[in-house]
Amino acid sequence: MPINLNTSNLATRENRIGSITGYIGSLKDLATKTECGTLKGCSRCFSQSSTCLSMCGLSQLAAIRDVAIIHHGPSGCSVTSSSSYYMSRVMAKKRGVTSSTIYVGTDMNEKDTIFGSTEALRKIILEVNKRYQPKAIFVSSSCATGIIGEDIDSIVEEVSEEIDVPVIAVHCEGFKSRIWATGFDISDHAVLQGIVKPRREGVSTNKINFKNFFESARPEIIEIFKNFDLEPTFLYCNSTVEELEHLSEALATTCICGTLGNYLGNALEEKFGVPYVRSINQCGIVGFETWLREIGKVTNRLDKVEKYIEEQRAIYLPKIEEVKKELQGLTAVLGMGPGYTFEVSRVLNELGIKVVWALAWHYDKKYENGDVPPSMKYLLDSNIDFEASVADQQNYEVMNILNKYKPDMYLSRHPGSTVWAIKNGTPAIYVADEYMIFGYKHTLEFAKTIVDTIKNRSFEKNLAARTKLPYTKWWYEQNVDKFLEEAK
Amino acid sequence: MAKILDKQRYKCALAAMQTVQAIDRALPVLHSGPGCAQKLSESTGSSGYFSPNIFPCTSINEKDVVFGGVKKLETTIENALKVIDADLYVVLTGCIPQIVGDDTEEVVSKFADSPKPVIYASTAGFKGNNYKGHEQVIDAIVEQYLEPSDTKQKGLVNIWADVPYQDLFWLGNYRELSKLIEELGLTPNVIFGYGNGIKNIDLIPKAEFNLLVSPWVGLQNVRKMEKKFGTPFLHYRTLPIGATETSKFLREVGSFAGVDSAKVESVIKKHEDYFYYLISRYADLFLENRVINKQFTTVADAQYSLAVTKFLVNDLGLVPARQYVVDDTPKDQREAIAQEFKNLNYGIQAEVSFETDGFKIHEEIKQHDYHGYPLILGGYYEKEVTESLKGNFLNISWPVQDKVVLDDSYVGYTGGIRLIEDIYTVAVQRFN
Repeated sequence: MPINLNTSNLATRENRIGSITGYIGSLKDLATKTECGTLKGCSRCFSQSSTCLSMCGLSQLAAIRDVAIIHHGPSGCSVTSSSSYYMSRVMAKKRGVTSSTIYVGTDMNEKDTIFGSTEALRKIILEVNKRYQPKAIFVSSSCATGIIGEDIDSIVEEVSEEIDVPVIAVHCEGFKSRIWATGFDISDHAVLQGIVKPRREGVSTNKINFKNFFESARPEIIEIFKNFDLEPTFLYCNSTVEELEHLSEALATTCICGTLGNYLGNALEEKFGVPYVRSINQCGIVGFETWLREIGKVTNRLDKVEKYIEEQRAIYLPKIEEVKKELQGLTAVLGMGPGYTFEVSRVLNELGIKVVWALAWHYDKKYENGDVPPSMKYLLDSNIDFEASVADQQNYEVMNILNKYKPDMYLSRHPGSTVWAIKNGTPAIYVADEYMIFGYKHTLEFAKTIVDTIKNRSFEKNLAARTKLPYTKWWYEQNVDKFLEEAK
Repeated sequence: MAKILDKQRYKCALAAMQTVQAIDRALPVLHSGPGCAQKLSESTGSSGYFSPNIFPCTSINEKDVVFGGVKKLETTIENALKVIDADLYVVLTGCIPQIVGDDTEEVVSKFADSPKPVIYASTAGFKGNNYKGHEQVIDAIVEQYLEPSDTKQKGLVNIWADVPYQDLFWLGNYRELSKLIEELGLTPNVIFGYGNGIKNIDLIPKAEFNLLVSPWVGLQNVRKMEKKFGTPFLHYRTLPIGATETSKFLREVGSFAGVDSAKVESVIKKHEDYFYYLISRYADLFLENRVINKQFTTVADAQYSLAVTKFLVNDLGLVPARQYVVDDTPKDQREAIAQEFKNLNYGIQAEVSFETDGFKIHEEIKQHDYHGYPLILGGYYEKEVTESLKGNFLNISWPVQDKVVLDDSYVGYTGGIRLIEDIYTVAVQRFN
């Protein structure tokens, strides 16, 4: 679907790229059905709570320095403001910069749902602008404002005449999509629509757009990229509006997680001709090297990349081979977003660990350019297969699987997930930091962390022995697909 | 009407799922969007028997918005009963079903004969904040689950105080209040926290009285229980912190419950002796440091703002600058609470603002003359502004980022000591 920056409304992942949240089968089956276009997602007649797309979308925007987010809705919707406040302060401090980003709610009440509150919203936008002089203002809807039909686009248009920085409407109704990653796309869309400017004439740069979450490996990546005479611009954590204005001028766009970055990457390519680096991601050895070579190709720096790879291989490969001996034959279940699940499966395979079941929190049949996601293609080409399911963090399904397969470890990337594996007595590894398996160095650390986790099982053993799990015996006796229904 | 929530201090009514979560083996069943639970829950201290990702949820989508979500709600409740082992299922409605007009009551009524109780509370986000949502859940239990009791159990006291999770110290506080009540020879009954649960809910109608320790939250609940069960209530507005307030609290509860005053006095003496043993040993620290001045400000809900103000004035001899109550206190309760802020030793009166706009609060703090380094006890938002004024900051109210609390408490004599420890732990980080 071509990217349309003329409207503030962005179609969901389900509608745009055929993403699904319900499937049980095997990796091969999933991939084959994807390729021949017969994959249909299922729905559930019983589900547990997951994540709101507005949290993903607006947290991304609130990570930009010196902007304002105005979340028009009841006070529960804007509760993300408190964590965003904390994040913007501590992340800026870590970098040695400051951020005065502000995220406010509008505390909509019952009367507002009947009579509307666009006038109050208009005043709030003007007041926020007066108080903080932000560099850009994002005005978001919520479920409640979406349903009653508050016209935030018109309000934004009106106030734009009085405010001399971009004011951008962001449509974040939580019911729109079960895929919270749609929120990432929404934030990219807002940035593209309101902030990114066309390439300036005569500007030459060695910058590469690097979309990530919390830039923990920033200093390290800056050093790596110096070898190739490239300078990464990290997005959106600690980004400035000025940096974002010039994303169109970069040599390329790359990202740490395909789910996080593919909308921005594809849009910058389609609209401004900035190449998007499409490869498996940087996790593990094969991933890191494939990615570096792709960057080398796209930016015409392949020689420098090969030299770097050779040097690093000499340092790290013997060490990784050594740790691998301790991991042979271990089994794993993992549950992550699709941007990681199929990548980490590949790394576990590289390390000699057998994946018995992989859960992806959603699954994109294709990327914005219509291709099958590279991580899937790699696994298929490498003839790797395992049982797989797609479930939007449905904990009862995870627990059913862990109970049946009793793997040596469970790996997850989302808060509130690993703890249940541990209560089940399964050692768990929280792969939260997006750089935890990045490149040679972190792949080695990751392997060692697995060894340590498997070695000392005291914590989960003690806890599991004293824990009653919340699921009934009946549920553990059911097949994991018990509540899946053919989508109508 | 919609208003600016600049530095937001509360959540919406649906966050009452945390009140349910605090009742052992009670399960919130959400008729809401897919992400409300994760958004409205705390990311630490939430992985007990039920965590937010265990809560069944109808995860309303666009179709449900158009065609209604009652069918989905029915299968969700039906299967929740099969899959999840709980004692009480509390259906909570979010914004969407309320706006599109789903009849939740009708759906829940179909489960009247299920082996486990299923009740519901209307907690749409726009109906109020989580303090109101908390009251809605308690009301739902009283109205839909409990029946009046023919007999009362002598000495049994229901205790209602903090809003679980919104108050960082809720578990420790309930436990400490229970201990104090027990020392008076009474039997405390609390429905929240460790070892409590449905058996304690069942005891509610049998209590001799309800003890409400809170400026305003819960008042509608104890009134409702008075009407339905004939249970009288004692409304004690100040969460007791430290010797002065706790002794006053014990005397008042003792007198209301008809406890022999000699017994009350002996309990007080035992605690005060130890309290002042500690205070006397550490008086050097309080008097001979260069960073804690007399003037302080609290930015917290009515419960903490009032309680901490009383403690710092009446026990530690500090002087209140303006105090801020940020919980969107109902207008009809404000006058009575403001009066309590004026009822301090030596006729000292604290000015209080009921204010939900953090920007205004910070502007006023910056303008105020604290005669030295300010001492600010508030939410995480006050950290930066306090630092900019070279002041001392303690994170006592939501949002909390600066402190981990498992079962610590600021209640009672012990709680007063804990609060002092925390304030002076901040103070000793610097010399001057």
